Amino acid sequence: MKGLQPAIAFDRVTRRFGESGTAAVDAVTLAVPERQFLAVVGPSGSGKTTLLRMVNRLTPPDEGTVRVDGEDVMALDPIGLRRRIGYVFQGVGLFPHMTVAENIAITPRLMGARRDAISPRVDELLDLVRLDRHTYRGRYPRELSGGQRQRVGIARALAAQPRIVLMDEPFGALDPLTREALATDYRALHDDLGLTTIMITHDMQDALLLTDRVVVMRSGKLIADGAPQALMGNDQPDYVRALMETPRRNAERLNRLIAGGDPA
Amino acid sequence: MIEHLDPRITEALARLPDYLGSHVLVSITALALGLAVSLPLAVIAARRPTLRTLLLAVTSIVQTIPGLALLALFYPLLLGVAALSEQTLGFGFSALGFLPSVLALALYSMLPTLRNTITGLNAIDPDVRQAALGVGMTPRQSLLIVDLPLALPVIMAGIRTSAVWVIGTATLSTPIGQTSLGNYIFTGLQTQNWVFVLFGCFAAAILALVVDQLLALIERGVGARSHIRVAAGLTGLVLLAAAALAPALARPQGDAVVGAKTFAEQYILSALISDRLRNAGFTPARRDGLGSAVIFQALAADEIDAYVDYSGTLWANQMGRSDVLPRDEVLRDLGVWLRDRHGIAMLGSLGFENAYGLAMSRERAEALGVKSIADLAAHAPSLAIAGDYEFFGRPEWTALRDAYGLQFRDQRQMQAEFMYPAITAGDVDVITAFTSDGRIEQHDLVVLEDPRDAIPPYDAILLVSPRKAKDAAFIAALRPLVGAINVETMREANLRAAGGGNESSPDTVAQWLWSRIGTQKPPAK
Repeated sequence: MKGLQPAIAFDRVTRRFGESGTAAVDAVTLAVPERQFLAVVGPSGSGKTTLLRMVNRLTPPDEGTVRVDGEDVMALDPIGLRRRIGYVFQGVGLFPHMTVAENIAITPRLMGARRDAISPRVDELLDLVRLDRHTYRGRYPRELSGGQRQRVGIARALAAQPRIVLMDEPFGALDPLTREALATDYRALHDDLGLTTIMITHDMQDALLLTDRVVVMRSGKLIADGAPQALMGNDQPDYVRALMETPRRNAERLNRLIAGGDPA
Repeated sequence: MIEHLDPRITEALARLPDYLGSHVLVSITALALGLAVSLPLAVIAARRPTLRTLLLAVTSIVQTIPGLALLALFYPLLLGVAALSEQTLGFGFSALGFLPSVLALALYSMLPTLRNTITGLNAIDPDVRQAALGVGMTPRQSLLIVDLPLALPVIMAGIRTSAVWVIGTATLSTPIGQTSLGNYIFTGLQTQNWVFVLFGCFAAAILALVVDQLLALIERGVGARSHIRVAAGLTGLVLLAAAALAPALARPQGDAVVGAKTFAEQYILSALISDRLRNAGFTPARRDGLGSAVIFQALAADEIDAYVDYSGTLWANQMGRSDVLPRDEVLRDLGVWLRDRHGIAMLGSLGFENAYGLAMSRERAEALGVKSIADLAAHAPSLAIAGDYEFFGRPEWTALRDAYGLQFRDQRQMQAEFMYPAITAGDVDVITAFTSDGRIEQHDLVVLEDPRDAIPPYDAILLVSPRKAKDAAFIAALRPLVGAINVETMREANLRAAGGGNESSPDTVAQWLWSRIGTQKPPAK
């Protein structure tokens, strides 16, 4: 990694909330190289979302520096910063009064793109997230299933051709088949478009099978950081080992099942 | 078809273009002003809890002020501002009618819009607001592209409530000189013309319903993103406004304005004065149903040009005198004071007096042996008195009470129309009555004598505004009315107006009165 400028870099970043000043993110240092797909895992309230929101300045850091492409985000115009970073929200957050096409086109429109340039771009993005352009362009979010909404959310995040995408539990509320399909599709997009992605997830299996690198957060601190294989090792802290226990045991049971044996 | 209608309906229909046009104009202006203030305020306050609480509290308090009182308060307020602007800036403006009505109604309209806009903006899904920020909207873009469109159904519901309130409350702008559909109601109540009262109520209700439905059409159109429906709703509103305003704009502006207070005798006299002016080539406009304090100030400010007042009223309320002088001296002093102080010309007495008096049923008075107020004083502690809304607050009542030591068992205020049924039914024993009221004889009442001259004389006097005081043709047109109406003639005219029949409209009675003026013998001079 030396000599290469990271796409996103946290340098001793702290963010406190409330009267008590509890640190949601506590002196985190983390560098994400270009084209990396990073998963952030950890229990609820461990500071994952706060960490993500500091990248595009939805939440400013109290201490330390967050750099995007080498520039301190606090020195950048937050509006421009947000427009060049794709963000997939936990609750999807599609605009209910706009059609699928209008939702996808929002960031290019804000950036003043011409109408005749936006329309083909929307079709291209619908193809990219594998939604039929003719069927879905004119639909409203309330007419879509959860998985379709999430696909539109991803298309919207990609509309302005960002090089960085932030995803907050993008596959959280989906059924397993949809989840699998969408996750695989996104991984392909990440590679094809040369994106740098940070994805928050509760699901260890997603993190381990989909990404290049996994960091584990607990009480605002990073307690583990490594490639999926490395995290499965026995040299990890107790909490991480406990975290890995479930997917490991499931895998072993599935293997026995596939081999024709008794899973227990 | 028209010929078969009740003449009261024909007359009501004839007045509709004027009343409806003025009503629509004042309502639309007030609503537009109210929205222009409350929408931005609501947007600012939506994310500021302290300001929000304060605003909602203030507008809620405004809402608790009765509409009539709020409208009435704006008249003296604006009169003060107009005088100040005249002094400091060199120009004044009319504090009567349109302006105070618009301001009061606009204030009245603010609560529903303000409350609904704030509620609508605060009810937006936080995920959606986060997404608006996250995709890179500025706060302004977020407001215009996301927040306001999403809150629009709730905001429109507020605007609809405001519109209905304003259209309903605008009927109360009649007493401060703004012509409205309320003219039907106020005139109808005073002349017992229930056709007018109902006509005014229905017209206002139908107008409110139509506007509400047009706004609902726009609301649904916006919700369904149907440009056709939005356009249809807007076109409907514009057409309604145009149809209502066209006659008001096309009508030539009157070159003289005749005022009337809020009772039948005043409507008759104002119709009579208007007839005389029209006969002399003027095009008079009428401002009926003005409050007693409003009408004098309006005359002094040249906002109306002629009306009939009563010497005792001006003596006590305008000159602030509490002493009682003989009739001729009151008239003389008053004429000088009006001219020197306000530039108002007092053409003279019409020939009758409409004094306050205390009246009892003949039967009851004879049974108790009461002929004068002095006799009444001994019985008063066991009797009940009813007066109109003004009477017990007037200096005459204080003078009367102190002169005779009057102390009644019960003292009630009611609409003049209901005092006569009340005394006939025996609910009250004594009522205040106007000596020119035809109902005194109709109900077989006696007016008690005033041996101590505690009640000042109330000659009906014809007053002309400062600007018309120099207009010889104007004065000449009205001069024949001076000394031309004796109290019997006026009582009969008032009785006709209170008849409630086909011939009871002020215009018809005024024509009858003019025909009588030629034939009755001139008052002794």
